Amino acid sequence: MAAETFTETSCTVAIVGGGTSGLALAAELMRLKVGRVVVLEREPNSGGIPRHCGHYPFGVYEYKRLMKGPDYARKNTDVAADLGAVIRTGTTVTALRPGGTLELTTPGGREVLHADRVVLCTGVRESSRAQRFINGDRPYGVISTGALQSLAYLEHIRPFTRPVIFGSELVSFSAIQTCAHLGIKPAALVEEEDHVRVRALLTPYLIAKRVPLFTGIRQPTIIGSDQVEAFEFSDKNGRYRRIETDGIIISGRFRPEAALLKASHLAVDRGTGGPVVDQSGRCSDPAYFATGNILRPAETSAFCWQEGVDTAARVANDLETSPSYAPNVISVTHDDPAIRFVVPQRIATPLPPHGMTNFYLGLTKEVRGVLEARAGGKTVWEKPIKSQPIRRLQFPLSEIVKPDVADDITFTLRKSK
Amino acid sequence: MTRDTFDIAIIGGGVVGCAIARRLTLDGARVVVIEKALDVLDGASKGNSAILHTGFDAPPGSLEQACIAAGYKEYLEIAGQMSLPILKSGALVLAWSDDQLKQLPKLIEKAHANGVTDVTSLSREEILRKEPNLSPDLLGGFAVPGEYLIDPWGTAHAYILQAIANGATLLRNAEVLTGHFEGTSWTLKTTQGDMHADHVINCAGLYGDIVDERLTGARRFTITPRKGQFVVFDKPASNLLSSIILPVPTKTTKGVVICRTIFGNLLVGPTAEDQESRTDGSTTRDALLDLQAKGVEMVPGLSNCDVTTAYAGLRPATEYQDYQIHQDRQSRYISVGGIRSTGLSSSLGIAQHVSALLDTFGTQFKPLSTPVTPTPEKLSEYHDRDWQCPGSDGIVCHCELVTKREIERVLDGPMPPATLAGLKRRTRVTMGRCQGFYCTGALAALTEGRLVRPMGTRDGS
Repeated sequence: MAAETFTETSCTVAIVGGGTSGLALAAELMRLKVGRVVVLEREPNSGGIPRHCGHYPFGVYEYKRLMKGPDYARKNTDVAADLGAVIRTGTTVTALRPGGTLELTTPGGREVLHADRVVLCTGVRESSRAQRFINGDRPYGVISTGALQSLAYLEHIRPFTRPVIFGSELVSFSAIQTCAHLGIKPAALVEEEDHVRVRALLTPYLIAKRVPLFTGIRQPTIIGSDQVEAFEFSDKNGRYRRIETDGIIISGRFRPEAALLKASHLAVDRGTGGPVVDQSGRCSDPAYFATGNILRPAETSAFCWQEGVDTAARVANDLETSPSYAPNVISVTHDDPAIRFVVPQRIATPLPPHGMTNFYLGLTKEVRGVLEARAGGKTVWEKPIKSQPIRRLQFPLSEIVKPDVADDITFTLRKSK
Repeated sequence: MTRDTFDIAIIGGGVVGCAIARRLTLDGARVVVIEKALDVLDGASKGNSAILHTGFDAPPGSLEQACIAAGYKEYLEIAGQMSLPILKSGALVLAWSDDQLKQLPKLIEKAHANGVTDVTSLSREEILRKEPNLSPDLLGGFAVPGEYLIDPWGTAHAYILQAIANGATLLRNAEVLTGHFEGTSWTLKTTQGDMHADHVINCAGLYGDIVDERLTGARRFTITPRKGQFVVFDKPASNLLSSIILPVPTKTTKGVVICRTIFGNLLVGPTAEDQESRTDGSTTRDALLDLQAKGVEMVPGLSNCDVTTAYAGLRPATEYQDYQIHQDRQSRYISVGGIRSTGLSSSLGIAQHVSALLDTFGTQFKPLSTPVTPTPEKLSEYHDRDWQCPGSDGIVCHCELVTKREIERVLDGPMPPATLAGLKRRTRVTMGRCQGFYCTGALAALTEGRLVRPMGTRDGS
């Protein structure tokens, strides 16, 4: 069978990924009347992750209504489509080329799409069992929360009856709710960190649901060669534990879905696993932008929705002002191992309108100290912080970056005096 | 009712059993392959380093060396016709210590003795010019241009599929419990009833010694499974290396291999751990982190690369250095045991060897004059894939770009998978970086009612 030739099409803005941020962006770009906007979604339906989060709470911030995930996904799709955005499902982007050219494969064949601007909105996925280096064989019954949700809410299929949930993030709740939807109860929730990663919410919930919780576990081990038979670990007191179970839900530790990006010419930030962007979300190739969870793992759908809306103004402004816009670019880095990432990783000057108003920081571990921004050998900003690694840290960009900034910025930590 | 007697019963559907089934079917024999597991390739053939070896470092004069050399030659002859993908990467054997450096001349000499005459010594500078992402800590090495990367599963599937297309029978989920030679033929008691055959070939891999005992009452060797763990890095890592990087074996350690895979990943491994269990393919955090660190030591750029998955293969090692192939002309029995880590490369050669042994039994078949050659899908990242062709009916697995058409073709094919693992080996679904995060639901729906072992239970049933 011969590989087929490409047909060629074009548009003003191509959005890669029809999830929450991509659809919000598409709708807002249509409101701003930038031209032809095409959303490229590889799944048979657009809407992204909320499509298979068949539970509350979604949509309160965006639509002032309490919605379940699938309804929210549909709403985002309908709004964008009603405003005239073209939503192409079953359409996979297979390569990003310089200058805004995309290679696609669609049910109808292969295609090259030339876009004036491309926005990457490919979101995040959970880390797999292998990426978390869990001991044991590879029996049936070890799946991510996302996979469980798609089985439960999209297909009504139950892969196990009494799973252990590995991880204690917001999505780990969703795992419990998804189990409830399947009429099953988790055997336990286990976490390698010493604390539940969303403590305020999760612990009372677990007590109410009577799901045993183990934090600070060591040597997590999956037992079973064919089907999961048990989960073993040593607890925080060093005591060996064995929980009889037939499934393991590997939850959380989100990472950007950045395969296309990593196979492309665009610069990748090691800390976020997403693209290097400036405060407009512009990537190292100025024809490319990015928004939503691909920028950094991982925020709520409402947060991503708002990022999509905000990015529309940035892209629209860029379409209007280019090619006259020729910024100076300074880089933003970090030099303490406790800092996992800083977004944006670049600042373009003169400062464009509608840019991000905050720096976002991620940590690798619990931090108590003073966060400093240094530029040109001087401390230009500092702030005491005390934070768990999971927390989102935001600091006003305008306090740190002055309009006449010329030197690269480095974030660093020092111990409090 | 006349008893259905096969010419040949092959016990075990690993790569060796599949290759022998193909050879003897083409020779004209009526063959049945009896596999204990739900699917073929469920034992030692499940996990290896997916390299087609030249046999340059095999013990000269050994049966292993002869089978690898013959197997390698036949593989290259049939690959085009059978649609078997090959990535002609070549290998570099590298020394990282003075001790290893001293071994190099002897290894080159051995390679030449084994007939691998294109092995040539390289200086440190030449190596770094060829592979600029290697750590400059390396001291020297030599090139083995004929070592290639192949598809470890697709290869064995192609063998058994050609056997089936030419009349062979595959019986899965059938364990051989006992067997008796009754003057002219064998009766094998299996969990799926009695099977009759004139000859029996034991290719039971990790269970070779047990099957030997069940059939002959004696054990000529004892299998001690040797586990090898591997870490698989995501596709961008494959840009770091072109050649297969092989270690210099020393007395204390065999060292690890780093190479691309034909699927576009990069793998580091194996460990070598002797164990009792014939089924436990556990990976351990410590070993994997150690492999990852060793990989970064040799290829520093790997520190920026994501891990896709990890696995362990079990190799059927015995107390002997060489393969354990024994034949009993009287009872028309051949035992093909102790096929260690080189089985993927040597299997076609082993099949030739077994075919020749049957000749010495005085067994004559009439070779097929016009055998059918199926041409399965190449799953190689370095060849055209189905998603690039029209009418693929959409992509189901986004990481590995597996189309619905490919999945349907395999499910409706002559050897449909019985399990998700079998579907993975046939199509690569869920083998990519997300490990099923995105496509598990769709796959469960697509395979519903079509796998012996379903992916789950439907609500309300």
